[in-house]
Amino acid sequence: MPDPQPRRRFLRDTLIGAAAGAGLAGTPPLEAAAAQVQAEPPAYTFLTPAEAGFVEALVDHMVPADRHSPQGTAIGINVYFDRALGGNWGQGDRLYTQGPWKQGLPGQGYQLALVPAELFRIGAQALEAHLQRTYGKAYAQLPDDQKEAVLHALEKNTIAFDSGIRPSQFFALLYQLVMEGLFADPAYGGNAGKAGWKLIGFPGVIATHAVNIVKFKNRPYPFTPVSIADAS
Amino acid sequence: MARTLQEVDVVIVGMGWSGGIIANELAAAGLTVVGLERGGPRSTAEDFAVPRIRDELQYGVRLGLMQDVRRDTLTVRNAIGQEALPMRRMSSFQPGDGVGGSGVHWNGLSWRWGDMEFRIRSMYEERYGKRFIPADMPLQDWGVDYAELEPYFEKFERTAGVSGQAGNLGTRLVAGGNPYEPPRRSDYPLPPLHTTLSGDLFGAAASAAGYQPFRVPAANASRAYTNLHGIAMGACQYCGFCDKFGCEANAKGSPHNTVIAAAQRHAGFHLRTHARVTRVATDSAGKLATGVHFIDMVSGEELFQPAAIVVLAAYALNNTHLLLTSGICQPYDPVAQTGLVGKNYCYNTGARAQLFFSDKQFNPFMGAGGTSVAIDDFNANWHFDRTGPDFIGGHVVLAGTSNGRPIEYHPTPPGTPRWGPAWKEAVATWYQRTMSIGALASVMPNRYNYLDLDPTYRDAAGAPMLRLTFDYKANEHRLSTHAAGIIDQLGKSMGPAHMTAPAPRTGPYSVVGYQGTHNTGGTIMGSHPGESVVNKFGQVWQVPNLFIAGGSIFPHNSAYNPTATIGALAFMAADAIRLRYLKQPGRLL
Repeated sequence: MPDPQPRRRFLRDTLIGAAAGAGLAGTPPLEAAAAQVQAEPPAYTFLTPAEAGFVEALVDHMVPADRHSPQGTAIGINVYFDRALGGNWGQGDRLYTQGPWKQGLPGQGYQLALVPAELFRIGAQALEAHLQRTYGKAYAQLPDDQKEAVLHALEKNTIAFDSGIRPSQFFALLYQLVMEGLFADPAYGGNAGKAGWKLIGFPGVIATHAVNIVKFKNRPYPFTPVSIADAS
Repeated sequence: MARTLQEVDVVIVGMGWSGGIIANELAAAGLTVVGLERGGPRSTAEDFAVPRIRDELQYGVRLGLMQDVRRDTLTVRNAIGQEALPMRRMSSFQPGDGVGGSGVHWNGLSWRWGDMEFRIRSMYEERYGKRFIPADMPLQDWGVDYAELEPYFEKFERTAGVSGQAGNLGTRLVAGGNPYEPPRRSDYPLPPLHTTLSGDLFGAAASAAGYQPFRVPAANASRAYTNLHGIAMGACQYCGFCDKFGCEANAKGSPHNTVIAAAQRHAGFHLRTHARVTRVATDSAGKLATGVHFIDMVSGEELFQPAAIVVLAAYALNNTHLLLTSGICQPYDPVAQTGLVGKNYCYNTGARAQLFFSDKQFNPFMGAGGTSVAIDDFNANWHFDRTGPDFIGGHVVLAGTSNGRPIEYHPTPPGTPRWGPAWKEAVATWYQRTMSIGALASVMPNRYNYLDLDPTYRDAAGAPMLRLTFDYKANEHRLSTHAAGIIDQLGKSMGPAHMTAPAPRTGPYSVVGYQGTHNTGGTIMGSHPGESVVNKFGQVWQVPNLFIAGGSIFPHNSAYNPTATIGALAFMAADAIRLRYLKQPGRLL
């Protein structure tokens, strides 16, 4: 099992370099914000080491560093995974899980007996088993083009899982968590430094736009994004 | 053995719009009223305080203000012969929970339904002939007309703080309003909300195409307002956290801060939260309601609330479920075509397109529930000839900006990858440059769309779960196809760089993906007991001291959002109870 610490130090060093040229007008330099939030490695309370390795590689692949934002682990999307799956939502809040359980038709929606944390865990194990059989490697060790191919195969069910869930169900959960980890309020562990909001230009929890909605119609609205913590 | 409480004049199940309206009217008249609410209390200052309410993950995605399906859900199937399965994750429709119900988290669109809805069967037969109505479409007149409801629509608008521009002020048409709206004796209590760029562009395209755009009326106060009951409401902040959220400014008309706050001024009103009603009790002959059984969910104690009048106002689905589990009136059997409880379930259909413009700045995060511009040319416009497109009903086409909350809204043009570097470039480019055009369309009743009790799954109280059997039928396929065509025509005329295809909904109904919280039917109204469960006051024909309020009494669903009509009917029912029923209790009105 490789020591995750050198990897995190490597990521920190990488993100500072990648973010150096990416500052947006009117916002603090990305590297300062990102370096600040990456000062400590994430304390995983849900993800096992293998799962953490997979999630970190996944979020960095789906949200790579570019001129708009640092990569996924620098934004804390991996941390969001850990908090969401380990917390009440991951454990089945707002999900009816009583039986009997039938597969149902697509229009009847999610029908598994599993809570999100279980679906993630079983899917991650099934994927790891498939990758070991096929490539002899974990997801994080694959070259980029194979990482990409694996995601498409999950999405389209062209991988066979040795468990009773469909790869596309597992993928849908992963995708949902990536989007939430990128765009939810930073209080939930992701969207570090409001990098997701800066990516698209969402100002956050601004108190009022009653004047702005007229003043800035069809004009850029200059802002510094505001999170729940900023406004508290 | 359940403990019996002291008898009151009225017990109301559910403290949303209809329950709140009736509670306030009757408490103000001096009656003793108990309001039982399944969920918890709601206070704007505590529950909707900024910044905690501006949490898209908790309220927009995880639906924190809605009914918790872990405790309360239903089973769903498209047709008889399929097995209905629980709706395990809330999606298609999002009923509320707690004091205020769905009235806390709605967008506020407030339309006056006219005689095209209330006299729908007569009007279609007269114009198009009896054979135009399919044999399996149990369309019927409501037994009420717009003239009776007009003053109650006005009352609702002045209670909820509806902003708008009148189009028809007593047969005098007014430019800028909806020329097809039913005639009103007064203007809206508040001027219209600001429009957004998306609404302006759509309005210009609609005018150029010969249609008549107008600003939709909505219960988002365009300025500070003191309502009919002396409640102070704030001005809309266009914060972009309207639907699914509570309003910290008290600008969105919601029951908890209007009618329920007003009811609480009266000593005779008692609000009881965490009260789960399990059954309406009737006398041994089944002809009179004696009260309701409920569980105090704080202590777990079973209690009985006796009352001279029982009102069900628990949301359309729960009203129907309660009648079924209480064994009141005969359940509907679609095969034998007997019974009425559960019949005429309706919903909405529609279509939608996204338009991408390289040279525009939409600022999607600045919005409110009611900033849209709409055209009614294919809905309340009776002159629109349905013969060609061959459907009954209509659709409202509209564009506006209610929000740009990023977890659920980060649009990219068709063909964009879903992740990776190209995806990032696309979301960064197009978030500011995208708008939508949508159509909200009616659903007509069908013999095989109905509610009953599930044979397998039980709810938290051990009663059979409600089962929904529903699919869109040929009428709705043609309607959605027509709406998609209009959206396509208007969208293309606006010259976007990209546009998603506004595909019509012709596949089976799915519970996945939000389609609107406008569930109607199940305890429908009509002119006589052979065709309806209740009369126009919501009074149950067979149990004259039992009244039902809410969307469950609608025999069909319009393209228009239902809330103002629910509110108007509730005000009318309250008047009928206090002015007429009480003089002769136990008699049909």
